Amino acid sequence: MEDDAPVIYGLEFQARALTAQTAETDAIRFLVGTQSLKFDNQIHIIDFDDENNIINKNVLLHQAGEIWHIAASPADKAVLTSCYNKTSDSRVVSCAAVWRMPSNWDSESHESPDDSAHNPQTLELLCHLDDSAHRNAACVLWEPMGDGKRVISLADNHALLWDLQESSTQATVSSTATLEGKGQLKFTSGKWSPHHNCSQLATANDTTIRGWDLRTMSQIYCIENAHGQLVRDLDFNPNRQYYLASCGDDCKVKFWDVRNVQEPVKVLEEHSHWVWSVRYNHSHDQLVLTASSDSRLILSNMVSISSEPFGHLVDDEELSEGEDNHQEDKSKEPLKDSVVSTYEEHEDSVYAAEWSSADPWLFASLSYDGRLVINRVPRALKYRILL
Amino acid sequence: MDADGSVSDESGRRRRVHGMLKLYYGLNEEGKAPEQLQSLDPCDINGPHFDPELYLNKLRRECSLSELMDHETCMVKQIRSLDSDMQTLVYENYNKFISATDTIRKMKNDFKKMEDEMDCLSANMAAITDFSASISSTLQDQHAQITKLSGVHTLLRKLQFLFELPARLNKCLELQAYAQAVSSHRRARCVLQQYSHLPSFKGIQDDCNAIMEKLAQELRQKFRDGGTSAKDLSECVELMLQLDEPAEELCDKFLSHARSRLELDLQGLEAEIKPYPPPPAPKEAATRRSSSSTAAGSPSDNSPKTLSLPSPTPNTDILEFIDRGCNEFVSSLCLVITSYQELFINHAQTGELASKNIPQMANGKLQAFVDDLAARYFSLVERRIQEEKGVGDNSLLVRALDRFHRRLQAVAKLLPGSAVPNRGTEIVIRAATERVKQYLSALQSFYMDSLTDVRQALATPRLSVAGAGAHLGGPAAGRDAPSSLPELLSSLSASILNQIKSVLASVHLFTAKDITFSNKPYFKGEFCSQGVRENLVVNFIRFVCQSSRQFCESAGDKGGSTPPALLLLLSRLCLDFETSTISYILTLTDEQFLVQHQNPITPVTALCGEAREAAQKLLNHYVKVQGLIISQMLRKSVETRDWVNTIEPRNVRAVMKRVVEDTTSIDVQVGLLYEEGVRKAHSSDSSKRTFSVYSSSRQQPRYAASYTPSAPMDTNLLSNIHKLFSERIDIFSSVEFNKVSVMTGIIKISLKTFLECVRLRTFGRYGLQQIQVDCHYLQMYLWRFVSDENLVHFLLDEIVGSAAHRCLDPSPMEQSVIEVICERG
Repeated sequence: MEDDAPVIYGLEFQARALTAQTAETDAIRFLVGTQSLKFDNQIHIIDFDDENNIINKNVLLHQAGEIWHIAASPADKAVLTSCYNKTSDSRVVSCAAVWRMPSNWDSESHESPDDSAHNPQTLELLCHLDDSAHRNAACVLWEPMGDGKRVISLADNHALLWDLQESSTQATVSSTATLEGKGQLKFTSGKWSPHHNCSQLATANDTTIRGWDLRTMSQIYCIENAHGQLVRDLDFNPNRQYYLASCGDDCKVKFWDVRNVQEPVKVLEEHSHWVWSVRYNHSHDQLVLTASSDSRLILSNMVSISSEPFGHLVDDEELSEGEDNHQEDKSKEPLKDSVVSTYEEHEDSVYAAEWSSADPWLFASLSYDGRLVINRVPRALKYRILL
Repeated sequence: MDADGSVSDESGRRRRVHGMLKLYYGLNEEGKAPEQLQSLDPCDINGPHFDPELYLNKLRRECSLSELMDHETCMVKQIRSLDSDMQTLVYENYNKFISATDTIRKMKNDFKKMEDEMDCLSANMAAITDFSASISSTLQDQHAQITKLSGVHTLLRKLQFLFELPARLNKCLELQAYAQAVSSHRRARCVLQQYSHLPSFKGIQDDCNAIMEKLAQELRQKFRDGGTSAKDLSECVELMLQLDEPAEELCDKFLSHARSRLELDLQGLEAEIKPYPPPPAPKEAATRRSSSSTAAGSPSDNSPKTLSLPSPTPNTDILEFIDRGCNEFVSSLCLVITSYQELFINHAQTGELASKNIPQMANGKLQAFVDDLAARYFSLVERRIQEEKGVGDNSLLVRALDRFHRRLQAVAKLLPGSAVPNRGTEIVIRAATERVKQYLSALQSFYMDSLTDVRQALATPRLSVAGAGAHLGGPAAGRDAPSSLPELLSSLSASILNQIKSVLASVHLFTAKDITFSNKPYFKGEFCSQGVRENLVVNFIRFVCQSSRQFCESAGDKGGSTPPALLLLLSRLCLDFETSTISYILTLTDEQFLVQHQNPITPVTALCGEAREAAQKLLNHYVKVQGLIISQMLRKSVETRDWVNTIEPRNVRAVMKRVVEDTTSIDVQVGLLYEEGVRKAHSSDSSKRTFSVYSSSRQQPRYAASYTPSAPMDTNLLSNIHKLFSERIDIFSSVEFNKVSVMTGIIKISLKTFLECVRLRTFGRYGLQQIQVDCHYLQMYLWRFVSDENLVHFLLDEIVGSAAHRCLDPSPMEQSVIEVICERG
């Protein structure tokens, strides 16, 4: 059962922003945003052909500036948001905007993929997610599994809930929440919870994690000193509503039960430098992906705190097929939390990692030097989870 | 006649004479053998086979004429002498025969006379026999009468005794001569019993019984009074036993009597404990109050002493208490046991009045009695021992326990099957283990206290500049006092060692040779191996390691509460433990206590491993904490600045100087406790040379590439190729136990933070140049601290490279200008 070799794709520019095309459930597709101060920035649409292990890329221009964060709409494949830096008059301004990909973005790529002379198409701006009072967006979050009408942007110390209207060409702030306290507080990242009817949001600023109720825009919980240093990223367990993973500059990944925020449920300390991204697998929440600036990507199997702590629960139908011995196998091998695999294909800091929205066993990671690596969950583990 | 013959001739002649006599008397047999030997020679003139012809021929052949002549005269002479001999012999024998005949005739006459006298004697004897028979027949009647009379006499005397008995008993009662009364009554009892059907005897018996009843009453009364001496008491009991009092009842009474007295002793003992109730705080207060009241009553000197004592001390120390217990309770218990055994067991066994099971019954009662009282005594002793909490002087406790144990041996001797001595030993064992526990906690609190002291010593700012990072001339004394670190370490480890030694010495008292319980198997084996070695020494070492490890965890990720210097110190302490202290302590323990390794014990290597692990963890944590402190400075400096609109660099930023200073002082601090370690070889001038190489020859083309629009890939290619050949750097990784490794770790953490922060910013032209200046400055000073200077080069290279990438207008500064700025400081 040899695992497939990782597939590597190199971008010309440095890059930090990576997302799966959330609304796409058939093709394995990732979007990468580049960072370049001198050239027009691009959004690379990476299509992965699972059968042939081949990558197809399409490039769209993102001329507004270098991309720090990118997010795809969960409803419309063609819509995405980006947070970018704009330099004007020797000033650097952070902005956020909603974009639409041109409808025929993949029309000519097949004809002349290596044609360097061809002019890439440009993204179509739908609307800005800024107003005069709120700038410096750190990230934009789509409502999970929503209809693509609501987004939240985190700008400085504000969380803004936007309603997108008229096929996303108009955005209005419907409510805001403000972080108040001493000094210059700034949200670094956030996550919209898919649970509780999508009425909760978790944000990170400095070493603190906060939970917000979107209906009242008020704080519902606060984990002070969640990490020893800056919290870099958050993710909600897709299947267990109170479970939250966080990572930060103390090289740790922590798992929290937000009902009891005094102590983390579990702490992972596998990385040897800051952890920049943590992602639960969308279907099998024991699989957790972490990316770190030690140039490593680590896939962990956190069985004990997953929604399937005793392995895959066999349905009655399956049982009726006489798989008793198979059941015994399950009880024999104790399921332990463990690191499944450490991926060392990157040579620079890995700032982003994402699971594919189409294939739950496939994920992409992006390092600063522009290297995108697509990997699969090891087959042995995959079969153990499935069977 | 013999004078002229030779000696041989003389003897030969005699023999011949004898031979002839023998022949005559027929005695041949005995002389046969020698005769035959001689006689074979026909030339032997004395032999029986003598042949004169042969002899003559031989002589004629052998001898000369003169010799023959001599021989002839000699022969004639011999013949003559033989003839005269013969005559003499015949004469002598004849005389002897005549005298023998005379003697026999005389004897015949004497025997005749004797025979007549014997006849006369036998006749007389017959007459005497007749007389004697007649006398005895006449005396026969009188003898029978006398026998009968004497029988009547004794009977009468017995009767008289019986009739006088009541009066006599009464008299005895009056005189309190109980013993005599009882013995008299005993003598009469059976008779009275036998003849009680006769009215007169019945009366006597009734009288006697009444009197004896009274006597018994009196005895009982006396017994009950208790004031009597042990001897009286035992006499009393003896008499009552003889009076057929039920033995069981007597045992009970005797024991209850003894119990009341022993309980007095116990109460006395209890009273000594009582004034100090269990909760310690009021106890102390009570002590103080009582002492102050005594001080008020009599302004003596003991009140300040009492106050100054930290632990509550009852007015008697434990030795006194045990002494008192031994002298009062145990010795009177022994007395009771001996007298009881004397009375009820030994006596009963010999005495005729013993019913079969009195000894067993009495023994059982005694056992129960002793067990009960001893249990109460033990509970008191245990309570007292528990109060003994101060660990100051162990010898007192040991001596007290020894005495306690020793005195119980007396009970063991008296009552061989009793459980009392075993339970006493158990108490001693419990006390000993309790003591060991107390010592452990004392050691632990001592350790924690000394850590607090160290912490305080570290926290107090030293005014004297410790010669630390002074090579920049900057204010280096801001950090803790590094010069005292080795002293603190040595004093800490020395005081720990001393404390352990003194505790071991104290505990060793338990196994001293002159202590009676030290040869119990527990104290020989388990106490040494489990109690002292495992529970005390090993547990303490474990505690040290664990508490050290806790500093890494509990202190939180910010490292806030624990000063880094303490981490460093503890890590060195644990390392020292690993290398020498642990094995030293354990060897010391094993030697002192002669530990026999029968039970599984913790091996030295396991402990050393633990200590090493703790040391490693502490050192890693130290690196992390120090690295974070510097990282934090660098991060703030990058994040808070507007790098796009900055002015042209004229100086190295202050924060970089601060970083170098701090690194230097950390270097000094670490250097105080850890060895230098190995570093890759480099030339003394490496700072400048390598930097210029890195800056001018390699960096310049990279900049050029980065703003040449045609080849954006080159940048990545170059840096990727570079990375291909350099090893992956683990930032927060384990460090080795030496200075260079520690410093490398700290610098790695700091520079990596710098790099990541730079990548998050956008730079203007002067921003990039400032970073160039800063990096060069760091390059100048940091290379000396790390094991592999290429690491510093690589990271700084990355920083400048990243800054160039993030620069809106990347025009780097001239290398020479950078150098000038940096050298200006």
